[in-house]
Amino acid sequence: MAKSQIASARYSSAGDRLFDIANYTFMVVLMIVTIYPFINMLAVSLNDAGDSIKGGVYLWPRVWTWENYDYVFKQATILHSTWISASRTILGTLVSTFCSAMVAYTISRPEFVLRKFVTIAFVLTMYFNGGLIPNFLLMRELHLMGTYWVYIIPGILGVFNVIVIRSFIEQLPEGILESARMDGAGEFTTFLRIVLPLSMPVLATTSLFTAVYHWNSWFDVFLYNSSKVELSTLQYELMKMLQNSNASISSSGGNMDGSGGTAANFVTPTSIRATMTIVASLPIVMVYPFLQKYFVKGMTLGGVKG
Amino acid sequence: MLKTMKQQGVVPAGRGLLGKKSGLGFFLQQLVKQRALVLMSVPFLLWLVLFKYVPLWGWTIAFQKYKPAKSFGDQTWVGLKQFKFMFSDDRFLLVLRNTLAMSLINFVLGFVTAITLAILLNELRKMAFKRVVQTISYLPHFISWVVAATIIQTVLSADGGIVNEILMGLGFIHEPILWLGEGKYFWGILGASEVWKNVGWNTIIYLAAMTTIDPAQYEAAEIDGAGRFQRIFHITLPGIRPVVIILIILNLGQILETGFEPQYLLGNGPNLDYSENLEIFILKYGMNLGNYSLSVAAGIFKTVISIVLLFSANYLSKRLGQERLF
Repeated sequence: MAKSQIASARYSSAGDRLFDIANYTFMVVLMIVTIYPFINMLAVSLNDAGDSIKGGVYLWPRVWTWENYDYVFKQATILHSTWISASRTILGTLVSTFCSAMVAYTISRPEFVLRKFVTIAFVLTMYFNGGLIPNFLLMRELHLMGTYWVYIIPGILGVFNVIVIRSFIEQLPEGILESARMDGAGEFTTFLRIVLPLSMPVLATTSLFTAVYHWNSWFDVFLYNSSKVELSTLQYELMKMLQNSNASISSSGGNMDGSGGTAANFVTPTSIRATMTIVASLPIVMVYPFLQKYFVKGMTLGGVKG
Repeated sequence: MLKTMKQQGVVPAGRGLLGKKSGLGFFLQQLVKQRALVLMSVPFLLWLVLFKYVPLWGWTIAFQKYKPAKSFGDQTWVGLKQFKFMFSDDRFLLVLRNTLAMSLINFVLGFVTAITLAILLNELRKMAFKRVVQTISYLPHFISWVVAATIIQTVLSADGGIVNEILMGLGFIHEPILWLGEGKYFWGILGASEVWKNVGWNTIIYLAAMTTIDPAQYEAAEIDGAGRFQRIFHITLPGIRPVVIILIILNLGQILETGFEPQYLLGNGPNLDYSENLEIFILKYGMNLGNYSLSVAAGIFKTVISIVLLFSANYLSKRLGQERLF
């Protein structure tokens, strides 16, 4: 009996080891598949454009150069669109996080007479959407079209974020809020001085989502501001490059071979595209790993309770 | 709950939460008393009405022969004509086929890959390694579809794209394939792209569910001689079942919402018969062709089907005694 148990334990540990080897190998492959495209883009962006045409640049630049970045940031359109992207990300995230938290606080107060009404009004909107044309017509009627504010005002609140933040605030110990009120603090002061600082873990999550949304958005530019170069975003500029090379798939069924720049500053669409890709993803890549702890928690909270 | 709040003096004793007991007068009195809370929420309620509810008024366009120049009173009402035209339009039916096909592929592929990856991650014993894998696997979720599409186009390129180079190097093909230039590959490419972008992210919720499984169960199973796979199938999978069911209900409601960006960004002339989905149809008719009425009709169709599916799945789950959303 004892012998056979040991035998089975040994057998399973051999199988276990095999499973582990396969599993770890799989994870390494997964990491390579995930990250290789980015490393390749980085290598191409740092490689001489003329040299890249020959192909064969994979993980490391063959002929090192900053020329591509130099060229990209000398383009007035790209530089300005980077500024628009950055500014809407910062402003949009600050406004949306503050306002969402404030509404979340009011509907977390059990004594608030409008609590149920406001909550239902918000939750309902998660199930339907006016759709493309009705929204488009609204922006036009409100004269938000063709302005910077069309990026900010429709996103003053994130409905899903309100619900997630509310779940978090409801978990805060009532005693802390109570003691603030005893010291004579009004609702707004309680919110600003007590609730907001205590909610930082969940706000880190929602503001990451909001910031990523703003930084990555191009569709609202396309829809409302496509005729205004001065309101273009970085992603929209990259999107236009992508569409150009799509068009070349349609027409010539192959790669695009145009080149630009002066003799001193030789660039190709391929290397500019790689450079723009890196510029467009770098800020996110540098931020999200540090917020991992928060968004993993936030996702779980929102997913299970919301 | 209410009782303790009354004791704490949060709710005045002898009165209900919404002040039902004393009627309108009490309600107004409370409103004045709680003016700070009212001021902090009602302006946003107005925002909500303007930006989320008012656009619903635009649904009337679907029942008109809408002319942008005319005022609401001057529009010609046509009843369900737009919907009838839509369902007899070959293009719409093709688009519906594409939408459902891509949706089904993404649905099945999304669940299978995320659950598999979550289980495999859960089996890793080296915590530092696990964390590195997770962090890297979240990366594609955060980048925009514009960047993702640029990457996908680059790796699939017929001119030095890594996929073609590997396949040629291994001798599977002899000349590069124009992956995005042929419609028949599109659904597969889209499915793979969605997995690449979101599989890591989608494991978060399953991994969280797995942490709630009592480790004693695994230990007991191990003592009883259950192997790795038996433990996975008899403990881990049943442990995450409630979460899986909730997510299936949520996703069933999204069956017509296959997204817009990947199809739009990777779509091009040659693959259009396979890449065009409902969202692109709505955009094309609305913005490019200026046929607002048909575009809105297609949008209404999409929303109504989504809501019906969501509630049906929820109801079905309730009937079967399973988890439900509401």
